[in-house]
Amino acid sequence: MKYSLYNLVKNSFSYHENWEKAWSSPDLKPEYDVVIVGGGGHGLGTAYYLAKEFGVKNIAVLEKGWIGGGNTGRNTTIIRSNYLWDESAALYNHAVNLWEGLSSELNFNVMFSQRGLFHLAHSVHDMQEITRRGYSNYLNGIDAEILNQDQVAKKIPHINVNGRYPVLGALLQRRAGTARHDAVAWGYARAAENLGVDIIQNCEVKGIDISNGKVVGLQTTKGSVKVDKVGLVPAGHSSVLANMAGFSLPINSVPLQALVSEPVKPILDCVIMSNSVHVYVSQSDKGELVVGAGSDAYNSYSQRGSFDMIEHMMAPLVELFPIFSRLKMLRSWGGIVDVTPDRSPIIGKTPVKDLFINCGWGTGGFKATPGSAHVFAETVFRGEPNDIAAPFSLERHFSGALVDEAAAAAVAH
Amino acid sequence: MFIINCPYCGERDQTEFTCHGEAHIARPDNPSEISDEEWGRYLFFRENPKGTHFERWTHDHGCRRWFNVMRDTVTDQIIKTYKMGEAKPEISNE
Amino acid sequence: MSNQNRTIYGGKVNREKPINFVFNGKSYIGYQGDTLASALLANDVHLIGRSFKYHRARGILTAGSEEPNAIVQLGLGARTEPNIRATEVELYEGLEASSQNCWPSVNFDIGAMNNFLSRIFPAGFYYKTFKWPPSMWLFYEHFIRKAAGLGQSPTAKNPDRYEQKFYYTDITIVGGGISGLLAALGAGRSGCKVLLIDENPELGGYLLDYNFSINEKDGKKWLKKIIEELDGLANVTILKRTTAMGYYDYNYLTALEKVTNHHVEFSNTLPRERYWRIRSKKVILAQGAFERPLVFADNDRPGIMMASAGQKYLSRYGVLPGKSVVLFTNNDHAYLTAFEFVEKGAKVTVVDTRDLLNARISEKCKLLNIKVFKSYSVIKTYGDKKVNRIEIQQVDKNQNQLTGEVENIHTDCVLMSGGWNPAVQLFSQSRGKLKYDLKINTFVPDKIIENQKIIGSNNGQFNLQENLNESFEAGIAAANELNFNSVEKVNWTGKEEIEFTHSDVEPYMLGKKKVTKGSKHFIDFQNDVTAADIFLAQREGYISVEHTKRYTTTGMGTDQGKTSNVNALALMSHIHNKPVDEIGHTTFRPPYAPQTIGAIAGRSVDKLFDPVRKTSIHEWHVENKAVFEDVGQWKRPYYFPQNKEDIHQAVKRECLAVRNSLGILDASTLGKIDLQGPDAAKFLNMIYTNAWSKLEIGSCRYGLMCNEHGMIFDDGVTSRLGENHYHMTTTTGGAARVMSWLEEFLQTEWLDMKVFCTSVTEQWAVLSISGPNSRKFLEDLTNIDLSKENFPFMKFREGEVCGVKARIFRISFTGELSYEVNVPARYGRYVWEKFMEHGKKYNITPYGTETMHVLRAEKGFIIVGQDTDGSVTPSDMNMDWIVSKKKEDFLGKRSYTRSDTVRHDRKKFVGLLVNDKKTILPEGSHIVEKALKQPPMKMLGHITSSYYSPTLGYPIALAMLKDGISKMGEQVVVPLMNGKIIEATVTDTIFYDKEGKRNNE
Repeated sequence: MKYSLYNLVKNSFSYHENWEKAWSSPDLKPEYDVVIVGGGGHGLGTAYYLAKEFGVKNIAVLEKGWIGGGNTGRNTTIIRSNYLWDESAALYNHAVNLWEGLSSELNFNVMFSQRGLFHLAHSVHDMQEITRRGYSNYLNGIDAEILNQDQVAKKIPHINVNGRYPVLGALLQRRAGTARHDAVAWGYARAAENLGVDIIQNCEVKGIDISNGKVVGLQTTKGSVKVDKVGLVPAGHSSVLANMAGFSLPINSVPLQALVSEPVKPILDCVIMSNSVHVYVSQSDKGELVVGAGSDAYNSYSQRGSFDMIEHMMAPLVELFPIFSRLKMLRSWGGIVDVTPDRSPIIGKTPVKDLFINCGWGTGGFKATPGSAHVFAETVFRGEPNDIAAPFSLERHFSGALVDEAAAAAVAH
Repeated sequence: MFIINCPYCGERDQTEFTCHGEAHIARPDNPSEISDEEWGRYLFFRENPKGTHFERWTHDHGCRRWFNVMRDTVTDQIIKTYKMGEAKPEISNE
Repeated sequence: MSNQNRTIYGGKVNREKPINFVFNGKSYIGYQGDTLASALLANDVHLIGRSFKYHRARGILTAGSEEPNAIVQLGLGARTEPNIRATEVELYEGLEASSQNCWPSVNFDIGAMNNFLSRIFPAGFYYKTFKWPPSMWLFYEHFIRKAAGLGQSPTAKNPDRYEQKFYYTDITIVGGGISGLLAALGAGRSGCKVLLIDENPELGGYLLDYNFSINEKDGKKWLKKIIEELDGLANVTILKRTTAMGYYDYNYLTALEKVTNHHVEFSNTLPRERYWRIRSKKVILAQGAFERPLVFADNDRPGIMMASAGQKYLSRYGVLPGKSVVLFTNNDHAYLTAFEFVEKGAKVTVVDTRDLLNARISEKCKLLNIKVFKSYSVIKTYGDKKVNRIEIQQVDKNQNQLTGEVENIHTDCVLMSGGWNPAVQLFSQSRGKLKYDLKINTFVPDKIIENQKIIGSNNGQFNLQENLNESFEAGIAAANELNFNSVEKVNWTGKEEIEFTHSDVEPYMLGKKKVTKGSKHFIDFQNDVTAADIFLAQREGYISVEHTKRYTTTGMGTDQGKTSNVNALALMSHIHNKPVDEIGHTTFRPPYAPQTIGAIAGRSVDKLFDPVRKTSIHEWHVENKAVFEDVGQWKRPYYFPQNKEDIHQAVKRECLAVRNSLGILDASTLGKIDLQGPDAAKFLNMIYTNAWSKLEIGSCRYGLMCNEHGMIFDDGVTSRLGENHYHMTTTTGGAARVMSWLEEFLQTEWLDMKVFCTSVTEQWAVLSISGPNSRKFLEDLTNIDLSKENFPFMKFREGEVCGVKARIFRISFTGELSYEVNVPARYGRYVWEKFMEHGKKYNITPYGTETMHVLRAEKGFIIVGQDTDGSVTPSDMNMDWIVSKKKEDFLGKRSYTRSDTVRHDRKKFVGLLVNDKKTILPEGSHIVEKALKQPPMKMLGHITSSYYSPTLGYPIALAMLKDGISKMGEQVVVPLMNGKIIEATVTDTIFYDKEGKRNNE
């Protein structure tokens, strides 16, 4: 049944008793053309685009827990594409273009809210960095505005521009914003199932069957399955799955925490990021401030982080917004992020034939969801990455052609 | 928030330390003789196990010494800390 | 009439001490000892706020920190705080509070219209609509955002202060009810260091509100004695008004203490709140339990509250919340409250879902004239802003349906009790595993992970007698396990008139039809989640507990589901016909209760947000009106404006002074590392890209440091002071990083190398003098021979300057004749002032970092981090001359032969001169292949440094340009965001004194 205001009103007369399942719980079939391992936004999206754009009929998505339960449901929902390098800009902007039509495409409101994102600059060096990135964005066709201190103060009520590290300016991307994270997984799941994709939850992959260097099957907690192609999209467990297939990755899995405040009436209508004072914050539609910052430096699969990271989010938040000091932190949580050396993802082929991987999104995977899913679907379908995905190969770690977004933020002199 | 037993100073709060990733990755003796792939593996590829992990920490706000930690990445429990140069402990199969 | 609901006697409020307060603009009087909630109830105010989604009238549900409904905006102006639970606010003189989420008033709330439209707003309605047209979402969202949120954020800076305290203890006990107190007594008598935390202003917990006996005597007196003994134990610290918030790994607890929140006057000396960070060898959780609401239609009206809350308002505050009361229960224990209400003059009717009743209770009900409806359920309630009537109907348990006549009861207060849920939040945060207990129908602790005990009702144990002795013994055992001596066990006999036995969760009254046909059975009061919403989520496939939670938002309010969780899970269990254990539960996350952001930030705000590093000469710069820039934590003079100069005028003057006579720069922030040891040269050979073996004593050499990926990450001059002694300099921002880098390789890779590194950045003040007159100037002040022959460029000498022991390095970052004079930091300002005084005749000019940047750019010297960005090799910077071809190995070397690093079209460091000789290119703007009317345009590189050169009289720029070396002399274009296109010529990077004569003078 189509989701619309009309149907919402219509169903209210039957007390909403006639809505169909957004997705069902089918049994695992013995054989699939493509199995996607990982039921987060990227994995479900990959299945959706494989079915929709490439006509693949027999697809399953295997999720070890509940769909959207990994980083899709644990992030701070920021979406932007103002990356420095051409390769990243192409990938993330592909995503933003898809985000813009996603609610209509999926017939599910993912609440992509383009309320604008400000990257704050706190030093001469920061100003140089945002100017460089702003120009790079501008010339790549990505909207960018470089603001001075007065403009920032005017556009962001209540921000403290005269703190320990004054705000000297900001890079504004108006097309950036936030979306409702859970809805992305649910929307893709529902749309994929409508195209015949089997979404199988509580199904953990325990082994990968390889014959003559080609993937042929998977061992799961719900039985074994024969496959023609497999796409691994297991954020938080990329190395675990890769090890199962006999190869390793340039990845460390570390805890990343985020938190929300109690809900309050609208007070912040844009997204704020500061790399120097080190916090990012936006206000959700529910009214909660959604706050994030850095990851812990140690490897962990516990989905917990250390308390000092929380402290190091709150002090910068109060530094930038002294008015938030009396608000209350309501809930904090942790996720596992797979961090690559250059903070760019790995999308493409693996040493195993017909086994493809999409991982290493680090702290920033949510924003790329539709773009990542879209290019990965094509990679799986064609067996080769397309132009957007190609620079993100595993091979770059041998050739040295890193897409180093971490280095680009550079270091103060 | 761990308590870490620095082999030089004893038990201290995690906030005094920094983790520097996987331990026991020796720098190749003959970098010029190995392939790009081998060099890339040394530089970037890591075990990243779900389970026992050997990793390097420094006691930054203390003795500034580097040492190794054996820790379970699922429970975050530290199994052992030991000095640089000491042999990698065995993983018990309990 | 004031305090009309106050009983004639009873309660522990001080009726001699009236307190004035204001709610929604109206003045009231409460008493000392009241909470805002009890004082409002005493004044017959029941309508406190409006609910989140439907704007339904809401009152006071509980009497504690689990309150979902009675949350208010407290205080005014900069001190206003949203979402404060009225049930926790201790009344103080002049308190002002108001209702939230209503307009224009809580009594007449326009938003209440939502309640009538609620049929089209089921759980998740927003996912199904507002999608078309896509461009309109921001418009729809604007109204959704306005409708959402609860209270208002302050809009001024917080005037209050928060503090943090680090605390180490043997045992921390969370909860000062009977279990916690006795555990503290056991551990305290054993002699170990005990910290007891309780969120209330008074210790005693649940027993403060109920009658009980110890050894057949009045229990309250016994309780008082226990607390007195604890107060007297020096090894026991008691924190009241303190909520344990987070339970992190290795028994790390955080707790928030309200220090002055309840004070009449704001304190200038005390913080508002204190954040405790506690590390304990052992933790004992004794947090007790929350009473569980019952789920029935319109169970949310003001006047409907938990039985235990009614009990507390009556016994502790002397407030009778209603006179014609219905108790709706599924357990025996709640009858105590019925009896208490009758005793205080209320008429009570009981609706009990069970068909069998304890004979003793039956008898007492008869005696007190309490009518009991057995096997009945409340099925609906009425009343606009307060409950005034309910409907009840008999329950046929076997058929799982309602049967018989609907009966009406007029009432002004419904007390409900659905049993008790242990407060397992902290336990669960500590990774403790839960199991579902079918006897009391709730989750109880199962497996403990940390070094911890959990006792009393927190552990699902509700029997007073057993809790008394077990808790005391748990305290002794905990101390014992930490090697403290045992103390004698005690045997107390404790008795309540009615013991808690068991209770059912009551999903059957939600017979499917009843739920979905329009009436609202609330599960989560604050977030307006009804039973129908839970049904809808299951119907639509959101059947994982996490999906149900996220889709319906149940348990996601500011109470974090303390009253709603178990009912939601029980209902899911009912719908799926599966045991609750199989349904599972969502993860409990810190904090236990909402905690103040400012308290977590603590003192790390304002000036203390991050330490400011200042050089020993800093105050002189301040006195001489320097404008500062932040470089890492350092404050560096950016420029020194004179009169009303702007930055351009000042920098121009400073530059020309250096080029023509004499300038002075405070370069103390430069990183300095002292290297000693027989392997120092060998070590430097590995660390730097160039060769160090042949550097003579007394000589200086510039070096580049690269990471193993081959990319430049720092640079600086290192000098050989002695046979095995080197002085390394680093960039200001890179000092700590370089230090760690050196230590890493010495301690992890080359353990056999004998080298010591010591950071000496702060030990030396560095006065860099530069300009053609610098030799003449310095000669007068030092005993060192400065002659060209005896002290040439790139040499180092020791001696005295202005009578102070000094090291002079003859190195230059400006291209002029320069000396870097290092003196012990404590003499920095002294020597600086001497220099300024003596330099007058040369018009000595202090200059800042901006002038330094211009001067070095004129010479094409790079700044790591500005001209490089972590993705460039020495070769990219045309610095192959500094990369040794002979050395077998150094850090980064191997990476230079990879396919990407040998690529011919890599970006190279070049100079740019704009053709109009006027425009200063923005640093960060890009060179494109071809200027087009609008983007996208293919980029070839970017401007890294760009200045007006006062020396040359026109702008200069440095850039990274694809295949730049082969483009020398070619024309390039730089499009600006304002549409202008700037043309420039590619040049060499050295714009001034190409031969480098001046610094060799």
